[in-house]
Amino acid sequence: MNCRSEVLEVSVEGRQVEEAMLAVLHTILLHRSTGKFHYKKEGTYSIGTVGTQDVDCDFIDFTFVRVSSDELDRVIRKAVAEFKDALGNSGSDGMGQISLEFYQKKKSRWPFSDECIPWEVWSIKVNVVNLANEQERQICREKVGEKLGEKVINIVEVINRHDYLPKMPTQSEVDNVFDTSLKDVQPYLYKITYQITDSLGTSVSTTMRRLIKDTLAL
Amino acid sequence: MDSDLSSQDRKDLDKFIKFFALKTVQIIVQARLGEKISTCSSSSPTGSDWFNLAIKDIPEVTHESKKALAGQLPGIGRSMCVEISLKTSEGDSMELETWCLEMNEKCDKDIKVSYTVYNRLSLLLKSLLAITRVTPAYKLSRKQGHDYVILYRIYFGDVQLTGLGEGFQSVRVGVVGTPIGTITLSCAYRTNLALMSSRQFERTGPIMGIIIDHFVERPFTNMAHMHPCSYRTPGEDEGGTYAGIEDSQEVCTTSFSTSPPSQLYSSRLSYQTPALGTVDLCHPTAFTAGAHPHQMVVPGKEGGVPQVPAQPNHGTAAEHCRIPSCPNGQSPQPAQPTSCSSEVKTVFCDALETTFTRKVGAFVNKATTQVTTTSLDLPFAAFTPRANDLEVNDPMVHPPPSPAPSSPLQGSLHSNSSSHSGGQPQDDFVMVDFKPAFSKDDLLPMDLGTFYREFQNPPQLASLSIDVSAQSMAEDLDSLPEKLAIYEKNIDEFDAFVDTLQ
Repeated sequence: MNCRSEVLEVSVEGRQVEEAMLAVLHTILLHRSTGKFHYKKEGTYSIGTVGTQDVDCDFIDFTFVRVSSDELDRVIRKAVAEFKDALGNSGSDGMGQISLEFYQKKKSRWPFSDECIPWEVWSIKVNVVNLANEQERQICREKVGEKLGEKVINIVEVINRHDYLPKMPTQSEVDNVFDTSLKDVQPYLYKITYQITDSLGTSVSTTMRRLIKDTLAL
Repeated sequence: MDSDLSSQDRKDLDKFIKFFALKTVQIIVQARLGEKISTCSSSSPTGSDWFNLAIKDIPEVTHESKKALAGQLPGIGRSMCVEISLKTSEGDSMELETWCLEMNEKCDKDIKVSYTVYNRLSLLLKSLLAITRVTPAYKLSRKQGHDYVILYRIYFGDVQLTGLGEGFQSVRVGVVGTPIGTITLSCAYRTNLALMSSRQFERTGPIMGIIIDHFVERPFTNMAHMHPCSYRTPGEDEGGTYAGIEDSQEVCTTSFSTSPPSQLYSSRLSYQTPALGTVDLCHPTAFTAGAHPHQMVVPGKEGGVPQVPAQPNHGTAAEHCRIPSCPNGQSPQPAQPTSCSSEVKTVFCDALETTFTRKVGAFVNKATTQVTTTSLDLPFAAFTPRANDLEVNDPMVHPPPSPAPSSPLQGSLHSNSSSHSGGQPQDDFVMVDFKPAFSKDDLLPMDLGTFYREFQNPPQLASLSIDVSAQSMAEDLDSLPEKLAIYEKNIDEFDAFVDTLQ
């Protein structure tokens, strides 16, 4: 099975980074989250209900839809905040990439640890621009809003190809496919990583690779 | 093709398609209400949340959808369309977008109905949630209110995109293959948002009549094509006008199996035809291919709203329904028949009221002419307080509690000029005369306040007085040679003056 990889690129102003990333990540996670599974006897299970809510951006003329889960929102916001701080500390160039990777765990025999097999990776390349005056910022607000709209359409296009999705697991296997730690929704197992590109355009020793969510905890 | 599908699967598939269509309309209409939508996740399945998504059901919208479907399902050659349009308070209207739920003949026979199709339809609804916030009509709908409102119309049959103007764009939300065909959900939206004149929309002529009624106190439910679209929780239902959610929906599939076949819940379908009071809705006649589905029947008692000739339609009721704005997220009105009217009244009356509200600041005299101090050629002349608002700007002034005879200074302001408009007897305020900073006493023989008063009412120019107008043109011309002679005599002076200017 090949891992599906999608790359999205956005150019935003510094204060728009957070909202732009939240918009894209939440849109993807909306499609990659289900309700909580409740397993019953005879191998049947029922699925809880996923609520949604609209989020207006303050610095972008854009509204996105996210899953109604404060826990999930907190995790994503924390990841995006770290990415934004790293971008800010990296220097004046402001280029980076944040990746959302969906993976499955494959149990290996002892003493080998479980394998994480990604089946879908979304990479969002961010280019931070500096604007000179308020008029440019206003134009940027609208332009970035339109761009994010295009990104949402791209995401929806990819998702609706109905390519590979992990099979629905049995009760014993559910933690290998889904993140069951949240109490209201159940996204597929995912991890968020980021890379900051330095002025040379390459990732060198200053690259930080932080695993924001990793259930392996090696 | 159908023989490969078991009867249970076929029944399930039909149910899925039906509720998918209903939820699609709900999502689209709710996204155009003009407010942010928020629903809660629930870890325990309730059995009434189709496709495992919390999507509220606005009863009116469900009713309209079911009426449009009229017992049919979207199928090959039978598309369900939701048209979103904008209507201004002047009566101009413009189609903004058309959402189409279509089915083509491409079948996927191997797909599992109860599992894969269901989950993919759920995914498609999530995509629809995302895409409805991206098209241009979303931003317009969030700003609706005084100047325009957003309407929706559901129709069944052939997709009509001609009203979207030239250069409309299309976005495909997604596709789901089923054993009986492939379901496609797409949106065509207008890109040219220049508002056209109402003359170009003759077929939507009756809608203009609606706008006239916006400003007349008439309950909107009397208009068949206008339905209150505010969402009320079941507790506020008066008289059980609409069937509650629990009664009007089948319990949806929530149970899956990791090994086929899955067990499905089903319960009785209880659907009550809602009573809409005096609304006389057009009901579908027999299917007629090619007929224009754009029919609105308006009861004659509405007065001023023209009747549309009843045309055979595709078996759908095509009404324009207004989505009112709830700018403050107001709770819905309790009385259903008048909810729309009261809401509309609130919307438009607010607009009317605000235009007549004038905030008058404290200490303000009646409006006086602007007095400019630039002609005084004083430094910081613009900062000198005017006589009328001296008491506002001057921290030393405190209005006396009783209408005292005021300070002796006030008398000085009123005495000099014979005509001053600002000298209203302000018993509560004390007119204080003080010398503005940097004022030069030699420039004006009078104090500043007096100056203002005098210059507010300058004497009329002699040339404009009535006496002068009585003078004939001939007399003017006669006096010209004399004037010219004087000017020629003084020509040296004029030349010297011109030299100083250069």
